[in-house]
Amino acid sequence: MLRIIVPIKQVPDMSQVKFDTEEGRVDRSSAAAEINPFDLNALEAAVQIKEKLGGIITTISMGPRQAESALRDALSRGADDTVLLTDRAFAGADTLATSYTLASAIRKLGEFDLIICGEKTVDGDTGQVGPQIAEHLGIPHVAYVSKLEEVGEKLVVVCEMEGERYLIESDFPVLIAVTKDINTPRLPSLRGKLNARKAEIKTWGAEELSSIAEKGRFGTQGSPTRVHRITIPAEEGRKGRIFRDTSDEAIEEITNALYRYKG
Amino acid sequence: MKDYSGLMVFAEQREGRAHPVSYELLGKGREMADKLGVELSSVLLGNQMEEEARELIYYGADKVFLYDNPVFEDFDLLNYKHNITRLVEEVKPEVFLFGATHLGRSLAPRIAVALGTGLTADCTGLDMSEDGGLIQIRPAFSGNILAHIRTKTRPQVATVRYKVMPSMLRDEHRKGEIIKKDVEIVPSLLTILKKEKLGEKSITEAELIVSGGRGLKKAEDFSLLADLAELLGGAVGSSRPPVDDGWISREHQVGFSGNTVKPKVYIACGISGSPQHLAGMRGADVIVSINSDPSAPIFKMADYGIVGDLYEVIPKLIDRIKGESS
Repeated sequence: MLRIIVPIKQVPDMSQVKFDTEEGRVDRSSAAAEINPFDLNALEAAVQIKEKLGGIITTISMGPRQAESALRDALSRGADDTVLLTDRAFAGADTLATSYTLASAIRKLGEFDLIICGEKTVDGDTGQVGPQIAEHLGIPHVAYVSKLEEVGEKLVVVCEMEGERYLIESDFPVLIAVTKDINTPRLPSLRGKLNARKAEIKTWGAEELSSIAEKGRFGTQGSPTRVHRITIPAEEGRKGRIFRDTSDEAIEEITNALYRYKG
Repeated sequence: MKDYSGLMVFAEQREGRAHPVSYELLGKGREMADKLGVELSSVLLGNQMEEEARELIYYGADKVFLYDNPVFEDFDLLNYKHNITRLVEEVKPEVFLFGATHLGRSLAPRIAVALGTGLTADCTGLDMSEDGGLIQIRPAFSGNILAHIRTKTRPQVATVRYKVMPSMLRDEHRKGEIIKKDVEIVPSLLTILKKEKLGEKSITEAELIVSGGRGLKKAEDFSLLADLAELLGGAVGSSRPPVDDGWISREHQVGFSGNTVKPKVYIACGISGSPQHLAGMRGADVIVSINSDPSAPIFKMADYGIVGDLYEVIPKLIDRIKGESS
């Protein structure tokens, strides 16, 4: 039976988020919050392993209180247990502090076999936190995993990097970061939703982690990077030759341009 | 922080050849090193790579730290991490740059954690302030904003997107030093059982790209774009919606969350031109747009455009081109 951990993040629905283009500010309240879409693939991969081999899936998330709803959503999709890491001390974390906090909580949970992360988050878009967690925990990781080939004594995965496909074998424990190609996440089940509504969400703050972590490495304090300015990308237009119809002249001129520039 | 000086570039290699992003980083690194009057070094791990190490000098490096060992022939995550981390602790560069390739984005986070320093992902702009502080510019929130990020720890580590920085012209007269380093081997823990090339050429290398978007009615219609691409010796690209619908694989995606491309010619078919898409193709020499909506933002970026139905325009172009070549 595998002990699987799936770190997830609650993110704003990116298709709804509004931007103040004057100020360059992001209005997070303008959009509904949801589980980071890439994390749904990670959770689905975990659930498929559990269905085949048995296992316990623990989802873990760092965020404000409201992130509890993302963890309930994860429960309704097949997770067994949840931990919410929430504390003012965790706020303002960059990827170093975030990965440290998550790794500390994973340590506190005890032994595990497999950590499955999504490739990246849609809001931060760094893809760094997975490999960083692995480094904090001193375990190997494989990123850009598009298929689980074999889960048994060892783990064999397919990963795609720069136009090459690798078949990689690892012992447990290991962390993998999966791409969207790995599966199609299922919808929450009705029974899952009912159970999730009643479930107790374990909540840990800095205090709960104090026996295994240094407080100075959480949140803003533990974050070496910071955004010091935000700008709006300049939209440099091109003054093109635009044909308003599909006349022979238009086709002729565009064909000529294609030949002239394609080299 | 006073102990740290100079810039270092990780030179990524595949099958004994440096990835072109390494040359781009050296080009940008050279510019910043000259501005500050400091040294630009590079670290290369591979098997019998001395010739390639010299190339790094021709492209701007003052020093190349070379780790030559069969274990480095393929990407061995933990051995790469272990040896690079040791080097950085010894050399103490103020700035350490990686290409934001799959390999770079997998490796850099581990090294940054091992060094206990900050890491900025997927930069599209870099600048050096007078005090040696690196200003790391990266698109955020789907490319709607640009975040300017600073790092208070050293080295300042960043991954930088491929094809956004110009590399220097190769100069065989450039002088530099190749320093062979002792290799320390640690357990790999990961075993590559098999390696194979994915069939098609990466879209980032294509000189001409024919891309489709929401204007396509069904998955099969990408074949129309493929016909045009084949005639012109190019590749097929896509904006995000067809990829999300599973009509075409993710490797074809051009845009903020896909690939950044800089072809000679980019033909956008039925693509409206969201900021996210434009972020991935604005560097094309010539942009051709085919779209039935005259108010589509893509026309503002186009050098040539036709307001019309792609199902009418593309067959006409194909006929015209076939006429030309017969």
